[in-house]
Amino acid sequence: MSIASHFSYWITIFVAIAGLYIVIARGNLVKKLIGLSIFQTSVYLLYIAPGKLIGGTAPIVAEGFKVYSNPLPHVLILTAIVVGVATIALGLALVVRIRESYGSIEEDEIIIADNKSDGMDTTTS
Amino acid sequence: MLPLIAAPVMVLLRRSLPAWLLAVVVSWTCVFISLALLAQVADGSVISYAIGSWPPPWGIEYRIDLVNAFVLVLVSLMAAVVVIYCRDSVNAELPQEQHYLFYTMFSLCLAGLLGMAATGDAFNVFVFMEISSLSMYVLIALGRNRRALMASYQYLIMGTIGATFYVIGVGLLYLVTGTLNLADMAQRLPGVAEDRTVLAALAFITVGVCLKLALFPLHLWLPNAYAYAPSAITAFLAATATKVSVYILLRFYFSVFGGSRVFAQLPMSEILLVLSLAAMFIASTIAIYQSDFKRLLAYSSVAQIGYITLGISFGTATGLTGAIVHLFNHAVTKGALFMMAGIVVLRLGGARMDGMGGLARTMPYTSFGIVLGGLSLIGVPGTVGFISKWYLVLAAIEAGQWWVAMLVVLSSLLAVVYVWRFVEIAYFREPDARVAALKEAPLGMWLPAWVMIAACFYFGLDASLTAGTAAAAADSLLQGVK
Repeated sequence: MSIASHFSYWITIFVAIAGLYIVIARGNLVKKLIGLSIFQTSVYLLYIAPGKLIGGTAPIVAEGFKVYSNPLPHVLILTAIVVGVATIALGLALVVRIRESYGSIEEDEIIIADNKSDGMDTTTS
Repeated sequence: MLPLIAAPVMVLLRRSLPAWLLAVVVSWTCVFISLALLAQVADGSVISYAIGSWPPPWGIEYRIDLVNAFVLVLVSLMAAVVVIYCRDSVNAELPQEQHYLFYTMFSLCLAGLLGMAATGDAFNVFVFMEISSLSMYVLIALGRNRRALMASYQYLIMGTIGATFYVIGVGLLYLVTGTLNLADMAQRLPGVAEDRTVLAALAFITVGVCLKLALFPLHLWLPNAYAYAPSAITAFLAATATKVSVYILLRFYFSVFGGSRVFAQLPMSEILLVLSLAAMFIASTIAIYQSDFKRLLAYSSVAQIGYITLGISFGTATGLTGAIVHLFNHAVTKGALFMMAGIVVLRLGGARMDGMGGLARTMPYTSFGIVLGGLSLIGVPGTVGFISKWYLVLAAIEAGQWWVAMLVVLSSLLAVVYVWRFVEIAYFREPDARVAALKEAPLGMWLPAWVMIAACFYFGLDASLTAGTAAAAADSLLQGVK
């Protein structure tokens, strides 16, 4: 139970926190999405790392193969990666449309633009 | 799952009318299938279906018992009513060439929600959760206002964080139990020695699912998403998406964690209780100050979700019955109200409260429908809202917490205030020129909306079907705890 033996968990936690921090702290919409992607990557690591046994082989039922690596996490994470790609693609598509209609991808500028149009609504109606 | 197959077919059709017809057929077929399922499991039996014939603990299992059969009926019924309403609403709000894509996304979303409810595999829940959420983001982004884009983007960020938290939780559980099957997991958890890992998993799953169901401090994505989405989608989203997440929470709390030591030691019920009360009061108060009618309803949704989680927090049979009944009742009520609001938006071109003065003169049926729906939100006897609040108050008194019962009643008074704001504006102000020129809604829109309102009263007067099923479902959930 030393730090070194849980090396992969420390990396996982670091990546997760870093990704989450980017999502919260950055105002740029594309950077937020990249942070989100990094955050998701940490989950891939969380699943994959424990599936590997040192000296383990592919799970083949035959003579001479005694220690297996668990194949299930890889399959799960393959699915999760596909989901992640779809999410990021949809997010980026949204950012493109936000840029078309607001002319900006900075969160604070968009909020200012929204507040301005709020003010215009009340004066015209 | 039928809608999943229907979705690509709709893309191929590329025409508005055939795609809509297919969506109607598919969603009504789902209603009949889920009703048949509910009838089959009504005696407490469990249907299990192994995908690809891999036996359950290894393969993915679909597991239908009373609780999720009830949720399946709810979701497919709401979808079926909303899809009829969609026709006129979508014609008015979206350009012709996007219609088939709209129905495609709608079917995908329905497939995701049904899948979430039906599956007995923890990772499969995540996959279906993302199917439904991704299509939901697209549907919200179709809203006419450019703010719909920003609302959808925020929902995407929050929703993905929620889903990822959920996966982390499931991953930790998988590490300690070595299984992803929910029933199998529940059996193995009591024997697990690593309490801290289970605790972390519980925390991650709770936060992740609560983000999805918009429990009070995690509700920030909800008001904008509801306010700027196309009207039909708001009704569908309000009636189903958060409800399915509540079901996932129920499933994990009572079926999976119910038997483990960690759950018994934690003050989970106290935390949920405080958050639910905060949701009921703070969100209702914010709702009173909204200038946009759809946002008002959205904040009221956050408050109503508070009632549902309040029922869960008691952890008793009556409390759970209250929560499950309110799941159904709130879906019906809010679905009806958002449909009515959608009619107003269609005719008026916006949902600002100032612009609605004298609405009852020109659109009497719609206004009256909103008032009736509002009565159900408040919980007037004879409406569905009363039934669920009755169970909640009963559960609070049963648990010896009479002050919670008082607070439930008090928070209903806040609902009176925000419903009254609409009544005052719509009934007691002189219509201005724009409102005076309005006509009543098209048949395709007010018929489904009034069906929902009628359902509010039918299930309010004769609660044996909903409350009876909910009570049986609550019992079956609590069996996992013992």
